[in-house]
Amino acid sequence: MIVFWSTVGAILAKDLVLEFRNKETITSILSFSLLSLIVLNFALRPTPSLISVVAPGILWVAFTFSGILGLNRAFAVEEDQDAIQGLLLTPASREAIYLGKMLGCLLFMLVAEIILLPIFAVLFDMAPFKPMLMVVMFMATLGFASVGTLFSALAMNTKSREIMLPMLFIPIVVPIIIAAVVGTDLAFKGGGWQEISKWIQLMLVFDLIAVVFCAFGFDYVAED
Amino acid sequence: MYVTRDISDTMTAVTAEQKPAVTAVQLTKRYGSRLVLNKLSLTVEWGEFLTVFGLNGSGKTTLIRILATLVKPTSGDLDVATFSAKGNPSNIRREVGVVTHQPLLYRDLTTRENLRFHGKMFAMNNIDLRIERVGDMLGIKSNMQIKVGTLSHGMQKRVAIARAIMHDPSILLLDEPETGLDRDGISMLKKIVAGERGIRTVIMTTHNLDYGLELATRATILSEGSIAYDKQMSAICKDEFREVYSRFTGATN
Repeated sequence: MIVFWSTVGAILAKDLVLEFRNKETITSILSFSLLSLIVLNFALRPTPSLISVVAPGILWVAFTFSGILGLNRAFAVEEDQDAIQGLLLTPASREAIYLGKMLGCLLFMLVAEIILLPIFAVLFDMAPFKPMLMVVMFMATLGFASVGTLFSALAMNTKSREIMLPMLFIPIVVPIIIAAVVGTDLAFKGGGWQEISKWIQLMLVFDLIAVVFCAFGFDYVAED
Repeated sequence: MYVTRDISDTMTAVTAEQKPAVTAVQLTKRYGSRLVLNKLSLTVEWGEFLTVFGLNGSGKTTLIRILATLVKPTSGDLDVATFSAKGNPSNIRREVGVVTHQPLLYRDLTTRENLRFHGKMFAMNNIDLRIERVGDMLGIKSNMQIKVGTLSHGMQKRVAIARAIMHDPSILLLDEPETGLDRDGISMLKKIVAGERGIRTVIMTTHNLDYGLELATRATILSEGSIAYDKQMSAICKDEFREVYSRFTGATN
C-alpha cells in the first residue's frame, strides 16, 4: 500500500513540476474560462433578475468546456516522446498511474476555478464565496476529473482527440453537470445543507463509482 | 546495497529455474482483421543476444511490445523471465528493460529528474546510487541537470538506455534503437549495447544488417508475422545471411 501511494505521489509530483515549468494546462483552462465568462457577459447583458437565473449555468458552461481543454493537455504531456509507454513499462499498478494523473487534473481544474471565481463575481456582480458552493465545486470537479482522465487516456490514441474527448466525456458527466448547476443555484440563493445535500449525495455516489470504475478500467484503456 | 548484475547471476537463475529467458508458444496478434503475428513460437535462452530482422510491418515491434507486456497477444502462451504473461505482468516488467526509437522520457524534466522518476516507479532502493552508476556507465553525468528536450538525439538515446537498465533487468528489449541516429551515434550505441552482451539476455530488432549481425549470438528473420529463419551466429555466414534476408524480405541492405 505504501508503494501504491508513493507511486501516486510521484506521478502527481512529476505532473506538478511539468506544469510549473510549461504552465500549459492551467493557462489553457484559465484563458478559455475567462473568455467564456466575458463573451457570455456581453452576449446576455445580464440584469440582476436574469443573473440569478443564468449565473450557475454560465459558471458551469465555462468550467466544463475549459476543463475539457485541461483534460486534453493532461495526456498530451505523456504522448510527447511516447513517455506514456515508459510509464506503462514500469511495474507500477495501472490504478496508481490513473489516480496520480487524475489527482493532477483535479488539482489543475480546482486551481483554475478558484482563480476564476473572483472574476466571475466582478463580471456578474455576484458574491460566490460560499462554503456550500466550494463543496459543490469540489464534488463536481472530482467527477469531471475522474471520468475525464480515463477518457483523455482513451482519446490519446485517436487522431481527433480534441473532438473525441468531449463527445465521449460530456454524455457521461451529464448527471454531474445537472447536480452542479442545481447545487450552485441553491448555494447562490443561500441554501443550507438540508437543501443542497441530496445533490451533493448524488455527486458523491457518482464520484465514488467513477473513481473505482475508471481506476480499474484504465488497464484496458492503456493498452493499444 | 545495490549489486551489479553479472553473468554469474544469470547463470544461477538458469540453474535454479531451468526455464529459458523467453518462451513464446503460438503467439498470434490481430488488430481488427489485420494479422500481425501469426502463431509465432520462439525460445530465447539466458545470456543470448538475439537480433530480429525484418521489413516494416513484419511484426518486430509488436513482438517487442508483447514481450514487454505493453500489448496482450490475441492467443498463445508467453513466459518472460520465468513469469507467465497471463499472470501478473508486473513481475515481467521488473525483469525487462526496453529501449525503442522514441526516448520514452519527459522533455521538460532534467536527465536526473527523469531517472529519479523512473526509479520511483520501480520502487527502487538507492535511486541516487543507481543514477550515478548508469550515469558513469553511459557517460551522461555531465548532462544530469539538463532538460532532456534540449539534449542531442544521441544523448537522449543514452539517457533512454540508462532508464532501461537502471532497474537492472535480466532481459533487455531493443526496438530499432538506432533509428534517427547518425553514423557516430550508431557507433556509440553499438559500443553500449555490446557492453550488455553476456550481462543480460538481449532481444533487438533492427533493419541494419551490419550492426545487427555484429552484436548477435543468434539471428532471426521475421516475415509476415512468423519466424522465417532462425540460426545461431556460429552457424551463419554473413554473405549467405544477406542472400537469405533478401530472399525473405525482397530488401537489400
